[in-house]
Amino acid sequence: MSRGGRIMKPFATLLDRLVLTPSRNGKLTLLADYFRDTPDPDRGYGLAALAGTLDLKGVKPALLKELALERLDAVLFQYSYDYVGDLAETIALVWDGGGKERVAEGGQPRLGEVVARMNALGRTEVRGAVRDLLDHLDHSSRFAFLKLATGGLRIGVSARLAKQALAQMSGRDVTEIETLWHGLEPPYVSLFSWLEGRAEKPVLASPAIFHSVMLANPVEEGDLEKLDPADYAAEWKWDGIRVQMSSHGGTKKLYSRSGDDISGAFPDVIAAINFEGVVDGELLVGGTARSNSATRTFSDLQQRLNRKTVNARMLADYPAFVRAYDLLFEGGQDIRAQTFLARRERLTGLIDKAPHDRFDLSALVPFNDWDTLDRLRIAPPDPVIEGVMIKRKDSVYQAGRLKGPWFKWKRDPFNVDAVMMYAQRGHGKRSSYYSDFTFGVWADGEEGEQLVPVGKAYFGFTDAELEVLDKFVRDNTVERFGPVRAVRAEPGFGFVLEVAFEGINRSTRHKSGVAMRFPRIARLRTDKLPRDADKLSTLMAMMDAAAPPVEKA
Amino acid sequence: MKPEALLHPTPAGLFCPPGQFYVDPVRPVERALVTHGHSDHARAGHGHVLATRQTLDIMALRYGVDFAGAGQAAEFGEAVTVNGVTVTFHPAGHVLGSAQIAIEKDGLRIVVSGDYKRGIDPTCAPFSPVACDVFITEATFGLPVFHHPDPKTETKKLLASLLQFPERTHLVGAYALGKAQRVIRLIRDCGYDQPIYIHGALQKLCDYYAGQGIELGELRPATLEKSNPAAFHGAIVVGPPSAFQDRWARRFNEPLISFASGWMMVRQRAKQGGVELPLVISDHCDWPELLETITEIAPSEVWVTHGREEALVRWCEMQGIPAKPLHLVGYEDEGD
Repeated sequence: MSRGGRIMKPFATLLDRLVLTPSRNGKLTLLADYFRDTPDPDRGYGLAALAGTLDLKGVKPALLKELALERLDAVLFQYSYDYVGDLAETIALVWDGGGKERVAEGGQPRLGEVVARMNALGRTEVRGAVRDLLDHLDHSSRFAFLKLATGGLRIGVSARLAKQALAQMSGRDVTEIETLWHGLEPPYVSLFSWLEGRAEKPVLASPAIFHSVMLANPVEEGDLEKLDPADYAAEWKWDGIRVQMSSHGGTKKLYSRSGDDISGAFPDVIAAINFEGVVDGELLVGGTARSNSATRTFSDLQQRLNRKTVNARMLADYPAFVRAYDLLFEGGQDIRAQTFLARRERLTGLIDKAPHDRFDLSALVPFNDWDTLDRLRIAPPDPVIEGVMIKRKDSVYQAGRLKGPWFKWKRDPFNVDAVMMYAQRGHGKRSSYYSDFTFGVWADGEEGEQLVPVGKAYFGFTDAELEVLDKFVRDNTVERFGPVRAVRAEPGFGFVLEVAFEGINRSTRHKSGVAMRFPRIARLRTDKLPRDADKLSTLMAMMDAAAPPVEKA
Repeated sequence: MKPEALLHPTPAGLFCPPGQFYVDPVRPVERALVTHGHSDHARAGHGHVLATRQTLDIMALRYGVDFAGAGQAAEFGEAVTVNGVTVTFHPAGHVLGSAQIAIEKDGLRIVVSGDYKRGIDPTCAPFSPVACDVFITEATFGLPVFHHPDPKTETKKLLASLLQFPERTHLVGAYALGKAQRVIRLIRDCGYDQPIYIHGALQKLCDYYAGQGIELGELRPATLEKSNPAAFHGAIVVGPPSAFQDRWARRFNEPLISFASGWMMVRQRAKQGGVELPLVISDHCDWPELLETITEIAPSEVWVTHGREEALVRWCEMQGIPAKPLHLVGYEDEGD
């Protein structure tokens, strides 16, 4: 083996320690130390892995699973995966078939070498190369490599935290790093050179890249009373998806709020872009306000989402448009440091000249005091509005979710009392708990009232509540189907959950005929018996009330 | 005789109709055979208990001397007849006093192994394989992801951490019966001869182990004098894991939480428990040991009691060994 030093190891060690370090400051220190002490290009690939920008071509989860299945029965593999809750860790653990760990002679390969090698290989060679690599890595390094390849490290480190560590290591402002971020690529050599003061700040090739978006915090108890309403502007919060349009030198792109390029699915929007700059807005289906047609529901928008291409029929039946919220770049000029009102003035001019059927401006909602705004929020004038956004008039556009400048104040969610029917182990840090719950409500069946499942929720509860839920599942399992447990759910005995959700739609895929949006467990109703839970007809009525028929434009 | 006629699961536990006794019953019964002293297997309130001397002693320590109407000590390898059924206890290697129980009638032999392990453990008698028609096994770590490393290598991690963080109190979580004494003994076998501090919940059992000739070195109670908060700098404190969530743990200086358990094999488990230093030390079989044991004993049938039974049943079926889960309730799914 001539694979150099033990350089996969620092990254593997970093992952091992990050997993077990609960405190944010502890993680920052570990990350900053890693970035400082690890040479290029390894640290850049490490950064990419942490920030979710590393792509090992050809090494995909499906291939890794196939390799694992070469040595382990598929059913046993599935049981293992259900238990561990993490593909990379499962494969790392079962790889030796339970044999004792071997440490390879000649040490471990460098992270940079591994990435370069994997990306240089042809499709047919990758399989053998990955198998060979996994055989020669020690347990920690194998886990680290698998994590790189499967993406989504789930180790409690966000891209934001990694950038903060870069800021901590270099003394630079994290906003400066965010501004550059989407214009750079792994292994980020120019970024590190600049951070270490050895080179000038990298120059972005094109501003038609994605720029990290500014996010709002939910309004919490007592937040607003400290604030002067005169300092803030309000807009409706529309129930579409947040997007960014980026247009420069003839290159036009539409990005989701996480930076995925979704241009391919929205040729109607792309073709209509007649401006240069970067616009933040809400992608919706229907017609713009200034073409006097209705904004259609999220379920209509869903027809257009998650597609690579789109046909003429779709384009005609579900026309997309963007309701503009903000302007980040005007032409090539970065105006993010200007105030919200100043940016909005420029945005108004830009949208005014843009095609009226594809773009409109998100209207300001006039208000003088928080009570007025509260009333508007609770009873908005359009069913596709899900609340209000509150933005400080002098706020600059800062990537991330800072507390203070922007708030979201949503319409209160729907609530039903439902009965726990099935439970499954969670994933990641929840893998030892039954934390994914399928719940049902009562419906008329052939043998009288019976429970029909209406949704699944896996968050909303506290850790202490999870203990209670988990214990109920363990003590009241009546049947098991692989990883799924059916629990006792009878009129006189069972567990009632108050489920909150954002919306409800008809669904042909679910047996009950309804599909909830963002269902979560709002409260444990240990004070109620299953017979007190809601009926399917209640949900049906909510659906009718929530989504009045919309005339098609 | 069909094996199910000799032994079958009931809500109270495994029941032997001809012998009129239960094995490790989870509810109070008239006559109980108990494999070992862990509280989910050994419960108080039975009319009559047959168990090893050490298991009886441990039950008395935990529940008081009146834990049952009557106790009868079983010797390893000596047959006892209970209502015409022959019963023999054999070492299981799990904790001090732990036994497998062979139940025999009309040429049919069923072995209830209780909890067991195959790894080296100087604190109890090693598992001895017993030929049988039906082997009843646990499956606590019955998944291919579990392969426990050498416990001494794990213990050395603790000692290495003590050198790296000499200021921090190292709190080692270990279940009070068996694991705690094994970990203390491992620490001694790795050459550590400083006093080890123990939580009050371990005192009686550690004393008992020492009295049974298991050398644990100098143990001191982990009670803190208010005047001297520096007392536990760089010390090893062993206690039940439950105590670490408690105010009890906060009295120590920058405590470094460690946990000795087979579950520590899975990173996310360790993370969840707030464990900084996971030590994979288990008193149960790992996956390879379960497979080895079944292969070695070569029973004509395998029944699986608790844990990840579906995977072990699957493996048996792949080997052509008839197997079924017993779906017993009441045993700690996650106890190790």
